[in-house]
Amino acid sequence: MTTTKSDVLLHTPGHVKHDGHNLTGFIIFLCSESIIFFAFFVGYGVLKLTAPTWYPDGVSGIAVREPLINTIILVSSSFVIYFAERYLHKKNYWGFRIVWLVTMLMGSYFVYGQYIEWSELSFSLSSGVFGSLFYLLTGFHGLHVITGILLMGLMLIRSFIPGNYDSGEMGVESVSLFWHFVDVIWIILFVLIYVWQ
Amino acid sequence: MTITNYDERILKSNHPIPGAPNNWRRFFGFNTDAKVIGIQYIVTALVFLLLGGLLGMLIRGELITPPSDLFDPTVYNGLYTMHGTVMLFLFLFPILSGLTNLLVPPMIGAPDMAFPKLNALAFWLVPVFSIVLLTSFFVPGGPASSGWWSYPPVSIQNPLGHFLNGQMLWIVAIGLSGVSSIMGAINFVTTIIKMRAPGMGFFKMPIFIWTVLAAQILQLLGLPALTGGAVMLFFDLNFGTSFFNPETGGDPVLFQHFFWFYSHPAVYVMVLPVFGIFSELFPTYSRKPLFGYKFVAVASFGITILSLVVWVHHMFYTGTPMWMRNLFMFTTMLIAVPTGVKVFAWIATLWGGNLRLNTPMLFCLGGLFNFIFGGITGVMLATVPIDIHVGNTYFVVAHFHYIIFNTIAFGIFAGIYHWFPKFTGRMFYEGLGKIHFTLTFIGATLNWLPLHWAGLLGMPRRVASYDPEFAIWNVIASIGAFMLGVASIPFILNMVSSWSRGKKAPPNPWNAIGLEWLLPSPPPHENFEDDIPTVLNEPYNYGLNKPFVLDEEFYISKALNDS
Repeated sequence: MTTTKSDVLLHTPGHVKHDGHNLTGFIIFLCSESIIFFAFFVGYGVLKLTAPTWYPDGVSGIAVREPLINTIILVSSSFVIYFAERYLHKKNYWGFRIVWLVTMLMGSYFVYGQYIEWSELSFSLSSGVFGSLFYLLTGFHGLHVITGILLMGLMLIRSFIPGNYDSGEMGVESVSLFWHFVDVIWIILFVLIYVWQ
Repeated sequence: MTITNYDERILKSNHPIPGAPNNWRRFFGFNTDAKVIGIQYIVTALVFLLLGGLLGMLIRGELITPPSDLFDPTVYNGLYTMHGTVMLFLFLFPILSGLTNLLVPPMIGAPDMAFPKLNALAFWLVPVFSIVLLTSFFVPGGPASSGWWSYPPVSIQNPLGHFLNGQMLWIVAIGLSGVSSIMGAINFVTTIIKMRAPGMGFFKMPIFIWTVLAAQILQLLGLPALTGGAVMLFFDLNFGTSFFNPETGGDPVLFQHFFWFYSHPAVYVMVLPVFGIFSELFPTYSRKPLFGYKFVAVASFGITILSLVVWVHHMFYTGTPMWMRNLFMFTTMLIAVPTGVKVFAWIATLWGGNLRLNTPMLFCLGGLFNFIFGGITGVMLATVPIDIHVGNTYFVVAHFHYIIFNTIAFGIFAGIYHWFPKFTGRMFYEGLGKIHFTLTFIGATLNWLPLHWAGLLGMPRRVASYDPEFAIWNVIASIGAFMLGVASIPFILNMVSSWSRGKKAPPNPWNAIGLEWLLPSPPPHENFEDDIPTVLNEPYNYGLNKPFVLDEEFYISKALNDS
């Protein structure tokens, strides 16, 4: 036999066992999930450009100030979560937990701000094309924010399990990635709904 | 190659064998073994094939005479809607997931899928959304009846005003089916990317793995668009939003874009694995290397990319602007190039080969023949001037049945027969298989070939009654449909009797090359366990003196000893 097993192995990708696949799977999931948002964004753009009536009767635009504060909070939480991850890499577990909790609080403030905005609006889901799209986009994004906060809570609880990080910090990395994803989606959404009026 | 008489189950009780009579219960529970899940998928899907076939035969029963006499036209609308939905979402997608589950781990030398629990969850969603869909037969107003594409504004009508209506259940079922498919796609893509045997670079993978990868990436990119559209449709139907409702400023054509952005690629999601099956079987049964391995492999991704930019050809007659029609006519015709590469490669593989015409090969050849025919009518339909005239006639119905049934289902049958010995450990009865093929081929041809003429003469689809001048074509088609119903009898007999008392299968009954054929039949729970072979070449070097894996003799004798 001229070729040996190690010769072949040198030139080919290694064979990986079950463990390290979750992050790959999660990234694939996020790519796919972004297509749903993409579909909604395209729908928003097409209808905005072609719909005979856009805003419901009595509405001429939508207030930007509170959503802008919300945006700043959500975008900065993406930096905060990065510092939480840094603490975890350095094995500073309490630092991680505190900064992680701060991210959760910022996310919760965003949801609260969204609730306040919704309750003060004069139009509803069934008030024409704009109403439908507005509630669909912000609502679907809000569901993702709430999911993110719940996942973070789960990771926070699991951080108290002894030896939780012995086999890597995969869960935290995935949730953090999800949070960045939710953030990027919000920026696009903000530009579409609030900036492009 | 002698098979000893002792019962291997006694020695291998730690590794339950699929199909062993004493543990049939595991097929009815939550099991994370990909080989069990694969068989669960396939059997469930075949049950729904019978149901969808029954609905199809009811449609053909109505159409055997020109007037609408067997059913009320409203009932007829529900019948064809449910026939299409059941066949696509309850038969074709699940059965392909099943074949993929069975084949991917052994073919790449992996012990199981990357996420076994997610895999089981994806399967168990199938019975859930099937029940949701079939419940709609019993709600007031009957099942969804706006066709399988559910175009608004028809699909956002709810005349009886019940929240629980057929159309709403249809949307929920499609949504859940989408969740299940995405779970499956994440699993397949991760498994193929990360868990291949040592030495198996991308250009040493079997073509089936290439096509599954291409199809599942397409699923990940396309399916969310349909889910997005379905969510909006759901709100329009139940909560008075106006995305697609023209009365309040919405745009019904927008839904068509969402729908076809996925549902056209969906055809390729289904046909690509079948191309994979063709590419596995033609070299095996011709005893020749696959012609142009690399071109066939890369063509799969050519199809993936192109199929994302052709969807408007379903909408040539729904008010699309001229520039859009021309653009999409061009991209649609372009897709004939990678597909043509594959067809020529298969024919070149067959050319001068030493053909073995057993049941799987017959189904493959039949499928290829039908695919060429269906492909040509596809290019005809891609042409805007022709499509404007024959769109929404039986010509379209005939064309897509030539692809969906006469190609895809033929390929699936070929795959089931080819790998049946591997995963059940039993040989099937060749005679019954040939009867099944003959009845299926004749039935399918009688059913859909005449409908091309009916369509060219202008017979519109989705109507319960028609002009008597089309009667002759419809009578022939109905005879073909009933013949297809009869064809399921030898198939079921064959599967049940071979699995329970067929001859024991050797590890490699077809003398095929491929990692799965180096395993015992049926393979043990974790396939190769710790002895994963090192792959040296792609698995198509029939008749060439190229080694496939390191130490091939070791695996062959090990498989023989374990069988």
